[in-house]
Amino acid sequence: MDKHSVFKSWWLPILFALPQIALILLFFYWPAVAVMQWAFTLEPPFGGAAEFVGWANFQDVFADPFYWNSVVVSLIFSLCGTVFTIVVGLVLALAVERQLPGSGLFRFLYILPYAIAGPAAGMAFRFILSPERGLMASVNAIFPDFWNPAKYGSHALVLVIIIFAWKWAGYTFIFLLAGLQSVPRALTEAAAMDGAGPIRRAVDIQIPMLAPTLFFLLVIMMTEGFVGADTFGIVHNTTGGGPNHGTEVMVFRIVDEAFKGLNYSGASAQSIVLIGLIMVFTFIQFRFIEKRVHYK
Amino acid sequence: MIQRTPFADAFTYVLMVLGFLLLIGPFIVILAGASQTLQQVNSVPFQFVPQDRLLENAAAAWSRASLATALTNSLIMASLVTFGKVVLSACTAFAIVFFRTPLKHFFFWMVFITLMLPLEVRVVPTYAVAADLFHPFRLLIAALTGIEVSVEWNLLNSYAGLSLPLIATATGTFLYRQFFMTLPDELAEAARMDGSGPVRFFFDMLLPLSRTNMLALTTIMFVYGWNQYLWPLLMITDPSYKTTMMSLVALLPSENGTPDWNVTLAGSLIIMAPPLIVVAVLQRWFIRGLVATEK
Repeated sequence: MDKHSVFKSWWLPILFALPQIALILLFFYWPAVAVMQWAFTLEPPFGGAAEFVGWANFQDVFADPFYWNSVVVSLIFSLCGTVFTIVVGLVLALAVERQLPGSGLFRFLYILPYAIAGPAAGMAFRFILSPERGLMASVNAIFPDFWNPAKYGSHALVLVIIIFAWKWAGYTFIFLLAGLQSVPRALTEAAAMDGAGPIRRAVDIQIPMLAPTLFFLLVIMMTEGFVGADTFGIVHNTTGGGPNHGTEVMVFRIVDEAFKGLNYSGASAQSIVLIGLIMVFTFIQFRFIEKRVHYK
Repeated sequence: MIQRTPFADAFTYVLMVLGFLLLIGPFIVILAGASQTLQQVNSVPFQFVPQDRLLENAAAAWSRASLATALTNSLIMASLVTFGKVVLSACTAFAIVFFRTPLKHFFFWMVFITLMLPLEVRVVPTYAVAADLFHPFRLLIAALTGIEVSVEWNLLNSYAGLSLPLIATATGTFLYRQFFMTLPDELAEAARMDGSGPVRFFFDMLLPLSRTNMLALTTIMFVYGWNQYLWPLLMITDPSYKTTMMSLVALLPSENGTPDWNVTLAGSLIIMAPPLIVVAVLQRWFIRGLVATEK
C-alpha cells in the first residue's frame, strides 16, 4: 500500500482524514466500547452508578428459552436465505452469461429488487402472499388452512425468508455474473469443442472457477441474514416477531429487549454473543470451506 | 463462438423467464393491485391486469400517510448520507494513499474495522450517544481536568441525528482507495513538477478522475440511506421528521377496517419508486461500485 506516497506534508493527511475519523470515533468506536461495558454491568433503572456484575447478564440470557428460540430462528432464516439467494443468483447468472438475444434486458431487470427496502417489500408481500387475497387465496380455497402466516409461526418464517431471498437474489446474481465473465473463454470454448454441453460446462468448469465468489457470497449473505438491516426491517414490519415467537430473529430480540424491555445490559450481552457468533461463522467458513476453494 | 443447440437455448430462455417471474412478478402484482378498486383487489382469484385507478389510490395513500412530509425527509436524509459518504471517503482515501505519514496505517485499520460491526448490533449505545452527544466529551474533560461540565446536546429528531451515525462507516473509503491505487505514480509526480500542491492535485485531478466512483457510490449510498428503517424508527418521535419507512405502518389497512389494499399497494409503490429509479438509471455504475467495494 506504499505505492504512491508522494506528498510529504504531515498535517494535511490528518486534516483530510479527520472528519471521517472523528465521526467513526464518536458513532462507532465509542458505542462499540459501550456495548462491551454494558454487557458486564447492570444499569439501575432509576439512575445512579452502574454496578459490575461479571457474567451474570450472560447467564440470564442463556437461561431464557426465548433467547434460544431466537438463535434457532436466526440460524434457519440465515441459512435458508443464503442458500436461496445463491442458488437463484447462480442459475440466473449461468443463463444470462450465455448471451442470447434479450439477455441484456433480463440482466437489467434482475437487479431491480435490490433497490427495494426490506420493510417496503415485506408490506407488499403481506398482500401478495396473504391467505385471504392475492395469490395464495386460490390455493387456500382448495386446501383450507394450507397457508396462513398470521396463524402459524413456521409459515411466517417461510414468508420472511421469501422476502429476504427476493430482495437479495439480484445482489448475488451481480457478483456471480461478474465472476462468470472473468472465466477465460478459451476454457469453455475448448470444452465445447470437445463436445461438452452447457450443463456439463457449468458443472465442470464454470462453477469450480466461481468457487472464490461463491465463498465470498456465503460469508456475506450469512452475515447479512444474521445482522443485516433488512433482517430486522422485514421481521419488524411484516410479522412483528410472531406469531408465537416464530420469526423472532436475534437482532429483533436485541432491539425489543433494549427499547421495549429497557434492559440495556441484557441487550448488550446478546449483542456480544451475536458478534461472537458471526466471528465464529466467518472463521469456520475460512478454515473448512476455503480449503476446498481453488484460487487461480 | 460457443456451440449452440436449440434445446439448450430454449432451456436458457425458460430459466430466464422463470427468473423474471420470480424477481419482477411481485412488481407486477403490486402495480396491478395498486390500480384496482377495493372489490377488484380483494377478488379471488387475483386479477393480474392493471386497471385505471392508480392515481386515485395514490392520492388516497398520499394523504393517509402524509407522504409529502415523509418523502421530503427521506430525500433529505438519503442526500445527506450520500453527500457525506462521497465527500468524507474521498478525503480519507486521499490521506491514506497519497501521503507518506506513519498515521496512514493507523487510519487504514481504524476505517477498515468499521466494516465488521453493522449499526444493528451496536444500535443501543449508538442511540445513547446520539441522545447525549457530549457525554464522551464530558467524560474526557472530567478525566483530564477533573471538571464536571454540564453541557448536553441531543441529536434526536434532527437531520444530523438521522444521517451522521450512518456516515460513520467506511464503505466508500475502500472504493476510492482501490481506484487511487490504480492511478500511475507519474500522475502525482507530474502534478508536483508543475508546482501544484496536494490540495490542488486533489481537487483538479483526483476528483474529476473519480467521477465513475462517485456515481457508483452515490447510487449505493442513496439506496442505503433511503431504505434505513431501524435508525429513524428510534431517532424520530416528532412526526414532522418521519421518513417514508416509518409511514409504511400508516399505510396498512387497520385491523378491523376496510381491507383497502389497493391504497396500501399504491402507497408502497410511491415509497419504492425513488431508489428504484436511481438504480435503474445509474445501473452500470451501481454494479461497478458494488463489485469493487465488496471485494
